[in-house]
Order: sequence, then C-alpha cells, then structure tokens
Amino acid sequence: MLDTIPENAVWAIFFLPLASLLVILFLPRSQATAAGVVAALCIGAAFVLSLWALDSSLQADGHPLSFSSHEWLNVGDVLEVNVALNVDGLTAVMLVVVTSVSFLVQIYSMGYMKGDGGYWRYFAYMSLFTASMLGLILFNSILMVYVFWEMVGLSSYLLIGFWFHRPAAAAAAKKAFLVTRFGDLGFLMAILLIYVHAGTFDIAAIQDLAIAGAIGQTVLTWFALGVFAGAAGKSAQVPLHVWLPDAMEGPTPVSALIHAATMVAAGVYLVARMFPVFQVSPDAMSFAGAIGGLTALSAAMIGVVMVDIKRVLAYSTISQLGYMMLALGIGAYVAAIFHLFTHAFFKALLFLGSGSINHATNTFDMRLMGGLRKTMPITFITFVIGSLSLAGFFPLAGFWSKDEILSDAWAHERYLFYIALITAGLTAFYMFRAIFLTFFGEYRGGAEPETGAVVATLSNQAPVSTEPGGFEPDPVQAHAAAGAPHTAPEAHHGPHESPWLMVLPLILLSFPAILAGFANYNHDIEHLLVGALPEGAEVAEPTFRMGVAIAATIVPAVGVILAWAIYHAKVISAESLARLFRPVHSLLENKYYLDVLYERVVAGFLFHKALGGALATFERYIVDGAVNGAATSVRQTASVLRYLQSGQFQTYGALAFSSLVFTTVLVLVLSPL
Amino acid sequence: MLDDLDRIGPVLVMAGVAALIIIWDFIPRPLPAARGKPLLFVALLGPAAAAAWTVSLLLRDAHIGCGPLDPLALSNAPLCPGGGGTLVEGVFSFANSVVLDDLTIFFFFLFAGIGAAIILASNDYAKRFGDYEAEFYALILFATSAMLLLSASRDLILIFVALEMTGITQYILAALQKDRRSTEAGIKYLLLGATASAVILYGMAFLFGLTGTTRLVAPGDELSIASVINERGGDLGAGLIMSLVFLIGGLSFKMSVVPFQMWAPDVYEGAPAPVAAFLSVASKAAAFAVVLRIFFEGLSGETVRGDWADIFAIVAAVSMTVGNVFALVQSNIKRLLGYSSIAQAGNFMVGLAAVSAAEGGLSLGASGVLFFIAAYAFTNLGAFIVVIAISARIGSDQIADYAGLARRAPLLAAALAFALISLTGIPPTAGFIAKLYIFNAAVESNLIWLVVVAVLNSVVSAFYYLKVAGIMFMGESANQESIATSAALKLVLGVAVIGILFVGIVPSPLLDAARDAASVFSQ
Repeated sequence: MLDTIPENAVWAIFFLPLASLLVILFLPRSQATAAGVVAALCIGAAFVLSLWALDSSLQADGHPLSFSSHEWLNVGDVLEVNVALNVDGLTAVMLVVVTSVSFLVQIYSMGYMKGDGGYWRYFAYMSLFTASMLGLILFNSILMVYVFWEMVGLSSYLLIGFWFHRPAAAAAAKKAFLVTRFGDLGFLMAILLIYVHAGTFDIAAIQDLAIAGAIGQTVLTWFALGVFAGAAGKSAQVPLHVWLPDAMEGPTPVSALIHAATMVAAGVYLVARMFPVFQVSPDAMSFAGAIGGLTALSAAMIGVVMVDIKRVLAYSTISQLGYMMLALGIGAYVAAIFHLFTHAFFKALLFLGSGSINHATNTFDMRLMGGLRKTMPITFITFVIGSLSLAGFFPLAGFWSKDEILSDAWAHERYLFYIALITAGLTAFYMFRAIFLTFFGEYRGGAEPETGAVVATLSNQAPVSTEPGGFEPDPVQAHAAAGAPHTAPEAHHGPHESPWLMVLPLILLSFPAILAGFANYNHDIEHLLVGALPEGAEVAEPTFRMGVAIAATIVPAVGVILAWAIYHAKVISAESLARLFRPVHSLLENKYYLDVLYERVVAGFLFHKALGGALATFERYIVDGAVNGAATSVRQTASVLRYLQSGQFQTYGALAFSSLVFTTVLVLVLSPL
Repeated sequence: MLDDLDRIGPVLVMAGVAALIIIWDFIPRPLPAARGKPLLFVALLGPAAAAAWTVSLLLRDAHIGCGPLDPLALSNAPLCPGGGGTLVEGVFSFANSVVLDDLTIFFFFLFAGIGAAIILASNDYAKRFGDYEAEFYALILFATSAMLLLSASRDLILIFVALEMTGITQYILAALQKDRRSTEAGIKYLLLGATASAVILYGMAFLFGLTGTTRLVAPGDELSIASVINERGGDLGAGLIMSLVFLIGGLSFKMSVVPFQMWAPDVYEGAPAPVAAFLSVASKAAAFAVVLRIFFEGLSGETVRGDWADIFAIVAAVSMTVGNVFALVQSNIKRLLGYSSIAQAGNFMVGLAAVSAAEGGLSLGASGVLFFIAAYAFTNLGAFIVVIAISARIGSDQIADYAGLARRAPLLAAALAFALISLTGIPPTAGFIAKLYIFNAAVESNLIWLVVVAVLNSVVSAFYYLKVAGIMFMGESANQESIATSAALKLVLGVAVIGILFVGIVPSPLLDAARDAASVFSQ
C-alpha cells in the first residue's frame, strides 16, 4: 500500500503536460521530432501519478482528500475565488481515464503523424489539451471548471483545424467552437446565477447548500438547466450535436482522445459533478434524461447509414454520450460514470483502429475498403474487440456498464429503458456493418494518398442526392467521386499492417476494452463514486437483473445477425431495403436535415443574407458609412468640405440629436420627479 | 505655487518634451532621412519622464495631504505630523480645481504606458508622414499630456479645456497623413467632435446654473456640485435631468458609444493606423476618466445616481448590441475594430450602471471600469499594433488580405490571435477576468437583464473575432513573402501579449491597483 498522494504530486499531474508544452515550444526546430517523445514522457509520468491518486482515493473510500486552498482572485468579500485541488473518487477515475488514453494516443501519434509538417505543433496542442482537461477535473471551483472548459474548447478548435489548408477542416473547427459556445453561454449564466445565490464558486459548498435546501428550488432548476446547456454543447447532445461529426476532419488520434474519450465526456462529468444539485430539481433531471434518450436513439439511427467509418464512430460517440446523459437523468450516477470509464477505452481503441485502416488505405470511405482482415490482422482483431465491447457483449467492458444503465432505466423510467434497448441493438448493427464492409469481402482499392496531408477523407460523404445504390457500396462510382485516378488495386502496393508505434497502443487498449468492466466487480468504482458525493445525496443502487441482462444480450445479437445477413451473406439486399425505406433513408443520410437548417436557413439565410444584407444596406445607403475616397475623386478640385453634401454628417448629427431628445423625454417621463 | 506645479509635473514634462520636438525639428539638418531614430528616442523621453515624475510623487507621498480634523475621531486615520488634522489621500491644488489622488496616479501610469507603446509601435509607420514625422510625435505627446491633466481635473471648466485640448490634437492627428481618406476622417472627426463639445458645454452650463459652482468636490464646507446635490438634489428637478442627459450624450462622443458612436468606424478607417490605435485606447480611457470624475464624484448623491445609472445601463446595452451587430459584416479590419471598440465601451459602461454595487464603501462598478480599461489597453493595443505593422508593410486593411498571415508573419498572427481571444473574453486572458469582474458588479446591483444582454453579446462577438483569426491561420495567400517587423514593434507587442496573459492568470496586482484608484470614490 502506498502512502496518500501528497499535494505536490497532484500539482505535478497538472503541470507535467504544461511543461511538455513549454519544452516543445522552445525546442530547436532541428530537433522537432523529439516533440512526440517529450509529450509521451510527460503524460506517461502524469499517468503514473494518476494511478497513485487513484490508489489514495481507494484508501479514502472516494472521499475528498484534503488539500490546502490557494487564493487566486480576492476582491474583499464580493468576489473571492480560492483554488484548491480536489481529489475524490470521481476525480481519480477521470484522471486515470484522461492520462491513460492520452498517453497511448501520444505514442500512436508518433507513428501516425510521422513526417507531417506540423509535427511539433501537433504535440504542443496535444499537451495544451491534456493540461486543460486535467485542470477541468482537478479543481474545486466551478469558475476554474469554466476556465478550463473554455481552454479545452480552444485546444479542440486548434486540433480540429490542424490541417487548416483543407477548407473542410477550417470550417469544422469554427463550427465546433461556435456551436459549443451557445451551450457555454448557459453555463456562464448558471455560474453567475449560483454565485449570487450561494455566494461561492466552491463546488462542494454549492452542493451542500443545495442539499440543505438553502437555495430556492427555481434558482436550482435554472442553474441545473444552464449547466446542462453547457454540458449538452460539449457532450454533443441534441440539438447541439452537429459539430461532432464534422470535427472528424481533425487527425484521427485527436478524434480518439478529444472527440471520443475525454473532452466530449466533460459534459457528462460536469453533470455528474453537479449531480447533488440536479437531484434537488426533478425537472432538470427528467429534462436531461429525455435529451439523453433522444440523442442516443437519433444518433444511432444516423450511424446506420453513414459510409465514412469515422462518421459511424462519431455518431456512435454521440449516441453513447446520450446513453450516459440518460443514465444521469434517471439518477444512475454510478452507472453513467462507469459507462464513461469503459467507453473511453473501447471508443479510443475503435478510433485508433480506424486511423490504422486509413493509414493503409488512405481513405475513411468504407465503400473503398473490404478484405482488410487478411492484411491487417492485429487491427482487425482489436477492432472486433472494441466493437464487441461497444455492442455490449458478455463479458466485455461495455456489457457491464451498459447493463447497469439498462437495469436502472428499467427500475426508474420505463420509456427510457426501451429507447436504450433499441439503441443497443442499433449499435451492434452499425458496428458490425462497419466490420463486414471493412474487413470482409474483397479489397475495393482504397484511395490515392493525398498530397500535403497524411489523411485523405471524403469530406462530403452521404451525398444529398439519393443516387441508386443505397446502402450498397458502389466502388467504381465512389472511386470516381473521390477524384482518385481509376487504377487497379494491383497497380500500387496493397494495404499493410501499420507500424508498431500504432499497433502497440491498439493492443494495449484492447485490455481495458475487455477487462475494464471487472473494475467494478467488487463495487470498487461504485465506492469511489459514491464516496465523492456529499452526505445526503442519494443515488440509484445498481442492481443486477438477469432479465435485463438477457435482453441486453439478445437484442445486440439480433443486430449482429442482421448486419451479417445484409452485408456479408447478402441474404437481404441492402439496395431493396434502401428503396423500401427511401424517405427514412434519405432523412437519415441527411442527418435529419439539421445541418441544412442551421447552415442554410439560420446561418445562411436569416443571419447572413437577411440580417447581413439589411445591415450592409443600412451602412451603404442610410449613413453612407465607409470612408469613400472614390466618391470625392470625381471632384478632385473641390474642397474636402464638399463631402458634407453627401449627407453623412447631417445623418450622423440628426441621429445623434434625435436620440438625445428621445432620451431626455424618456427620462423625464419615467423619472419620479 | 511650486508645490502645485510639482503635482502636475507629469503633465508639464510631457508637454515640454512635445514642445522640444517641435523646436528641434526647426533646426536644419543635412540628412532628413536620418531623423527617425533620434526622434523616436526623444519622443520616448516624454512618457518616461512623466512616469518617473509620478514615481517620485508617490515616493514623496505627495498625494497624501492633511485633511480636517475628525472631531468625533470616528476614523482611525493617523494625524498629520504637524497636528491639526488627519492624513487623507488626495491633495488639491490650483484652487481646488486639480487633485492628485490614487485615481490620478493610476491614469498617469496608464497614459504614459499607452503613449510609450504608440510611439514605439509607430517607428516604421511614421516614415509615411514625411516632413510631418516630428509633428506626429509632438501631437501624440500633447494629446497625452492633456489626458493626464484631464484625469486630474476636478472642475468643470478645467475638464472642458483639457477635453478640447485632447480633441483638437486628435483632429489634427487623424488628418495627418494628408491623403484623401485621412483628411476626410479628420474633418468628420472635427465636425462631430465640435458638435459633441457643444452638447457637453450645454450640460455643464445647466449644472452650473443649478448649483452655482463648477467645482465637482471641494474640501471642507466649500461650495461644490457634490455638496449642493447632497443638500437639495431632489429639488433640482427637470433641469438636473436635462443636464445629465446632455453630459452623457456629449461624452458619449468621446467614449464612442450610442448615440455619438458613428464617427468611430469611419475615423478609424480613414486615420493613420497608429492614430486609430491611440484613439481607440487612450482617448477612450480619458473619456471614462472624466465620466468617473463627473458622475462618481460630483453627481454621486443618492437622489440622482439612480437616474444616470439607468441611462448608462440603456446606453451600455444598445452600444454593445449596435457595435457587435455591425462588426459582423465588416470587411476592413480597422472598421471592424472600430465597431468592436463601440461594443467594448458598452462593456465598460456596465460598470458605470452598476453604481449601487459597493463593498465596504468601495464602488465595485468604478473599480471594474478601471480594471477593464487597463486590460483593454493591453488587448486593443496588441490588436492595433499588429494592424499598424501590417498596414505599414502591405498597405492594406482588408481582412481578406490577412489570409495566410500565420505563415507570413507567425509572431504577428499569434499576437493578434491572443488579442482577439482576450477581446472575446475567453480565459486565460485579461479580457475574461475583466468581464467576469464587471458582470459580477452588475449582478450585485441587480442588473441581471444587462448581464444577460452582455453575455449574449460576447457570444455574438466570437463570430467576428474568430473570423479574423480563422482567415489568418486557415486562409490561403498568393503572396508567401514574409513580413518583417522592427525590433521596437516586437518589444511592445511582446509586452502587450505578456500583459494579456499575465493579467489573465495573475489578476491580483492590477486588480488591487484598480481598487486603490477606485477607493477615491468611497470618501
């Protein structure tokens, strides 16, 4: 048994990735290749310290370890922000998830990003992200959570747009940042609101006040909804989920770390951290549950029709995050975080697997893959392990956490149970559809490597027009659409297994993907998480229900069999299915037309055309704003004063004076004098 | 008399150096091209000497004077060395029209810093002024010295004179480039400025008529606007309201907020880039210094402050909305920063509206405004210095021409990105802390609606700030030629970026300074 972790060691967890960032920034450019090693070493060390923190937390039964408080901002008794480290069961679990996945992703990236022009920049951003993410979970103050919340958003922006010379990547980065900011708006308002009523930013204090009933019900409900809005943006819940699929434009290891395992789970973490507050407000709880259920189901349905393997995984991530949110909504706090824990490993594994496939085929389009089982055996086996775990098959990690959620849903909210069960079936279906399309059948040629970038992706898969072909891949057409020269697969050397730097993390991640479920075998995780809650908070007791477990095994099995029948044995024709359900199919292919609604109607028409047009007209014709050298050049001999005749000055004066008169009248009328 | 002059020493040395530059420029020299370097160093003497003088004033405790003896000994302030009264901060001079207190000292340092930054950053650009290079430096120094005087004024007449002095020098500066755009900007600025001055004067005249004095505050029992308002504020009626509206209306020109905001984008666009930078930071700060003096000192009586706080709240909400919405559609970076500065002034104003938020007698709103002004100075100077550098090199202010800047000038692009992040109010930058602090003050005075408007506005602002960042980092440029920058510019840019980050991560020193300065209003 180790001693309890000292405060300095916990600080080191936070500062190690920051140190990595600084070292990389000042690395001589000739030594840029050392950046990956620096990042991996620093984050590896943080991982070891996190294990220590976990051990200490286990010894403390998940109760918060006591650390000294540091004053950050102190403005008398009005605005006081004290910063202290907070290590309890929930933090410890998150620390291990973040540092372990980040560590393996750094190793993988050394292989994946090899030869990229922005190699050192990539690892600098990755270090910044890891530091920010650790800051988000380590501090006790909700204001600090917000600070790091924005910083992970910023690093995500930088990493999605990492290959910024691709317009799709630049647009995706911007979209991700702006869409999540709508959620952040709610979060910031919630923080200000709770500060006024609780007088503190300290999370534990807010929880205690909420449980003691010291803060009004309405305030707490608004606070919880604001927090949930922030969480919904970060964790890609409907209707703010649209940024996550586009975020796949970033490098694949980034998708694995940020957009599957850690940052997108921050929303779930935040709601879990604020769980005692949510409990006081049943309205906020059922709202979170309903949104989670809606997200889980609708995203899984889109996952069924995607042809880009990364987008399948992206929608799967949205769906699983919805699962966690659903669990929190029914009070299954332990099950939700347990699922976050297991999901991080198997989803990171799947993303890294898709990156390995891309490394071999230069594409993410499953219509161009096939037969990779033989050439990439390790990728194949690990991908199947990840898929089985995600689909929730006994005894893999996903089974245990998913079963707990289903079991709690059965006990507390029946309609969410059915939604969750259907989602589980869909999950198994789309994952095995992906496996059959990718690893079985004949190799369909891949794509030519794109110059300038390591990765080629079809940025606009899921064409808007409903071409014949439907579900069924049409290699020739797709190949032509990808813009690659139509060469026979034999012309260039075929796909091959990825280098060991990439394969090793796959193998290492397979272990938690199989075994992480047993972490709770002795209710260790449960003790940790429950210990993190303040006294007086109640959680749904996870109980094992045999009936639910059997249903949770049969339904995914049906999904796998259907995927096999359609995509491997071809007993059922995908084409005729697509024709039969054409309206549904095109609705799904177009992601419920939400992107169209946001981009064309809201942003494009309302915002840009209507509002922008009106403003431009106002500037041009009403006030004749822009200093207009051209207008005066016609009368070069004229005095500059002549521009007065253009009416600008009169307009400005008239507007200014009329508003003065208006204000005077208004104040005179309204004032009590 | 000598003591009085000593207390406004920084104003005098700054103006003295300006006069020196003008005289020195008359001396014929063989090589006019060789003037740049020495001119720069001579001009830097101004801010340096002013700052040094301020430090010396502080060291000599010149700002601590002997107040009246507290007969009941309620406060435990120490007694004067010679007896007869207690020590107080803030010393009057020139027949109570000028004061040297913590607020004055705060602004002395701030303006000296801004002046030095503008001079350093203009090193390259100033060559464009040709024969008028010396005049450029001299006028910047004259304007700065007038701003120093402004922050020390406690009398309506002196305030007006100092305001005009800053105004007139700035009109000339705006037109200094002598091309069509610059001249047009200068004339436009002059005409609207003159109109606004008339409105301010009208408001001041009302106030003088109602109270019979032009002193904002005065020691002891002497007649002052503050004492009259305290005695019979409720009886002054509509006349006082009229005067409030006209003062706010006229000063809104200097602050560049609604309804006198329209000049800002036009003048920023037409004026030379360093002048636009100066206007957006120094002139705005000076305007807020005056507003704080007039409203938080002269008109802070319980009976009136609710009235003007309401007007400020409305003006703040309208200004930030107008500024942000118009900024969305701009294609010229200087125009965009012009609208952005209108929106940011709206943010400052949230602090003016939050007048009832106080903590132990200290006005949270006023300290918020001061902190925001200083944070904004770092941030907006950072942004404008990049614009100055690029304008000097590529001769364009179109945002489209910033495409691919990250590769042509990585340092400039990174610095501008930091400034934009800070303007948006994202941690860990000065802008975030400033917004947090000032919004907190507004929440404390129950202006929840205003905070909602402000936070919504900061989301809107993310769109256009990010647009610029996106174009710099993700745009493609046909021209791959790298953009060189002078060492002086790099230095001041580095200071600005470090300032943005330092204040964002360790806000306490600046916050304490702002709170000390705002403690003036609690007396």
